Amino acid sequence: MAQAQPIVAPAVVRTKLSVDRVSVAFERDGKRTEVLRDIDLEVGDGEFVCLLGPSGCGKTTLLNAMAGFLSPSSGAIRVDGETVRGPDPRRIFVFQERGVFPWLTVEGNIGFGLSKLPKTERDPRIAHYIRMVGLQGFEKTYPQELSGGMKQRLEVARALAVNPDMLLLDEPFGALDSITRLGLRAELLRIWEAERKTIIFVTHDIDEAVQLADRVVVMSARPARIQEIVTIDIAHPRDISSPRYLDLRDGIFQQIGLAHKL
Amino acid sequence: MNGFSQPARWERFFWPMLASALLLALWHYSVRWSGTRVFPSPVEVEKGMAELLRHHVLWGDIVDSLRRVALGYGAAVLIGVPLGLTLGWYPAANQVVNPVMQILRPISPIAWIPVAIIFFGIGDGAAVFLIFLGAFFPIVVACINGVANVPSVYRRAGRNFGLTPPQLLAKVLFPAALPQILVGLRIALGIAWLVVVAAEMIAVDSGLGFLVIDSRNSGKRYDLVVAAILLIGVIGLALDVAFRRLEKLRSVRWGFRLES
Amino acid sequence: MVGKENPQASQRQVLFQTFLKLHDSVCASARSAARANEDPQMPEDSAARMNLRLLWRPLAFIALLLVLWEIGIRRQPSHLLPGPWGVVGGILDLVHHGLLLKYVVASLFRVTWGFTLAVALAIPLGLAIGWYRRAELALNPILQILRPISPLAWIPIAILWFGVGDLAAVFLIFVGCFFPLMLTAINAVHSVPAVYIHAGRNFGLGSAALVRRILYPAVVPSLIVGLRITLGIAWLVVVAAEMIAVSSGLGFLIVDARNAGNRYDLVVAGMVIIGIIGLLLDFGMQSLQNIRSFRWGYSED
Repeated sequence: MAQAQPIVAPAVVRTKLSVDRVSVAFERDGKRTEVLRDIDLEVGDGEFVCLLGPSGCGKTTLLNAMAGFLSPSSGAIRVDGETVRGPDPRRIFVFQERGVFPWLTVEGNIGFGLSKLPKTERDPRIAHYIRMVGLQGFEKTYPQELSGGMKQRLEVARALAVNPDMLLLDEPFGALDSITRLGLRAELLRIWEAERKTIIFVTHDIDEAVQLADRVVVMSARPARIQEIVTIDIAHPRDISSPRYLDLRDGIFQQIGLAHKL
Repeated sequence: MNGFSQPARWERFFWPMLASALLLALWHYSVRWSGTRVFPSPVEVEKGMAELLRHHVLWGDIVDSLRRVALGYGAAVLIGVPLGLTLGWYPAANQVVNPVMQILRPISPIAWIPVAIIFFGIGDGAAVFLIFLGAFFPIVVACINGVANVPSVYRRAGRNFGLTPPQLLAKVLFPAALPQILVGLRIALGIAWLVVVAAEMIAVDSGLGFLVIDSRNSGKRYDLVVAAILLIGVIGLALDVAFRRLEKLRSVRWGFRLES
Repeated sequence: MVGKENPQASQRQVLFQTFLKLHDSVCASARSAARANEDPQMPEDSAARMNLRLLWRPLAFIALLLVLWEIGIRRQPSHLLPGPWGVVGGILDLVHHGLLLKYVVASLFRVTWGFTLAVALAIPLGLAIGWYRRAELALNPILQILRPISPLAWIPIAILWFGVGDLAAVFLIFVGCFFPLMLTAINAVHSVPAVYIHAGRNFGLGSAALVRRILYPAVVPSLIVGLRITLGIAWLVVVAAEMIAVSSGLGFLIVDARNAGNRYDLVVAGMVIIGIIGLLLDFGMQSLQNIRSFRWGYSED
């Protein structure tokens, strides 16, 4: 794939996350299903990487393995050189829906991971993140009174409040309408540019991947392998009608085997 | 539900009053027509109730019944909730204990009376023990199901934020399971109220249940019998309504959105 | 930028992984049975090991309880309550005298009659009340007052109307089942999603057809759950009713065995049999839930 001059992210970055020949297989009713096969991937510190593939291809499984919710059947996943053994507040997972705790207010949710801090530190932090995701005025509201987009913003705020090294997002905007999705993508990018966390974002939406990511990891259907890693070398904010954008997007379309002419 | 227009607001009072009036009339006239000497008419029941109130007997009995419920139910909550939460949290423990519970559960608390009398003698202790038995199993089952039904998303999020298992139980599982636990507690309270009345008919000599039996035995005062029965219903309903208030609290209301 | 190829490292990794997996599986073995359903991404132990483990632990626990019971009895000076062997002896005694079958049949007979009558009356009524909003408005207060009244409180009335005997017991069971069943039916109607009704209307179904082809199938799963719970209630009530109002049956056995000679071995034997039969009744109802055409109503979350 011909690469233009890279405009983003210096070529030499510290490796944050390394996936080393990881395979994941499940046993159910005596049958063994291989979901991931021989995944090799390295993610740099502060990078925004998208895992892209059709539904059910195993990208969520890979994300769960990165978060430590399940262990690979073979291979290893390492963050900062340490093998991932289990979930950790340094790698916060953002779920597709219903991840916020319904029995806590907006403040309660955002403050959830901050219980070890004294009140004097905790309150300003909560207020800061409420402002950051634009939920001012809803501090004492319960999630059931919030819209879907607001709930996702709340979950991102909750994740950021504990200042994790990495954010792992599992199709976080998948349950929302397209207009809300566009707005939230822009906000996520804004937050990422401000805080420079390493972000791994799972999606099945090609446009979303090309709009957001530094690199798009295109995954094949089950058993999933990495089909291609595409570097998106367009600076933010990205013009979605620029030729370069369309070029990259079409390339990925073809990768996934879809005709872009309907 | 059926496509007829939504009832108007006045209908919310009209229909119940109409139905109750009809039923009372039906009751009254069937007593008249059947010429029974024994079964009371609504008027006689009302007089009987006034008589009970005047003689101050009634309050003592109500207090006795409520006290026994408080003790037995309270004990069932104190022991049953932690046990149920633990069993829900450790499915292995639940597998071990569950068969025993399934065998003990269908045994009516009343069937335990002879055993209760051996341990506690006739009186409050036996009644409280029976109430405890009646409330215990529904509470434990509700807690187990509540914890087991917590969506795994919450559990994972809790672990993600670095909570230790005891913290996970206290800060995630318990609040998430609370709506279901509350429903179980409310049902158990209703059962406790049923059991206390039954227990009082057999094993003690005060309380509303005893009043029912005693009014019949000493003088065939069926007006008092029916009055006591209605009173039992009303107090049971009051307990239920009071409990439902708890379910409206904002930090648990989220769990009840779809329930009437 | 893609991957590292280091055979020795991967060999060490494999060993380490195996160790970790062993460690994890020891810790997670207790959770896997319940968690498997909701977290299907966990690699699981083999199924065979699971079943064995499922069986012997509860059995061991029961055995432990029985042993403790026996020891507790031996310590007790008054020899009133029986130990497990005493209970077995009591059961055999009942079988020997032909009483066991007779009493079980008597209790089941009353439950069947009372429960069936309640079902026949309460379910159609409850469905109708749930369907017609105004009917529910009208009758709800009365239902809510009658519901918390223990069936046993109706005993004087039962005796007044039916005298002492089978009919009174059946009446008590009927009363005990009637209100829960009615409420079950009302709630079942309420919980039918409006979309089903709208779809039915959309296809031009009239009221009668709507009830027959949409409402009835839609309520059956929750009705079955309600039936199961109410059958449990019926079983509780029959035992209590028999302790007071009749002269046969398992409840009567308990009272009689105590009154006529403090035969506590028979008392506890009776309790054990009550528990077992109650459990069997519950299993029977549970199997109804497994009928395939109803299974849609019980979603696996």
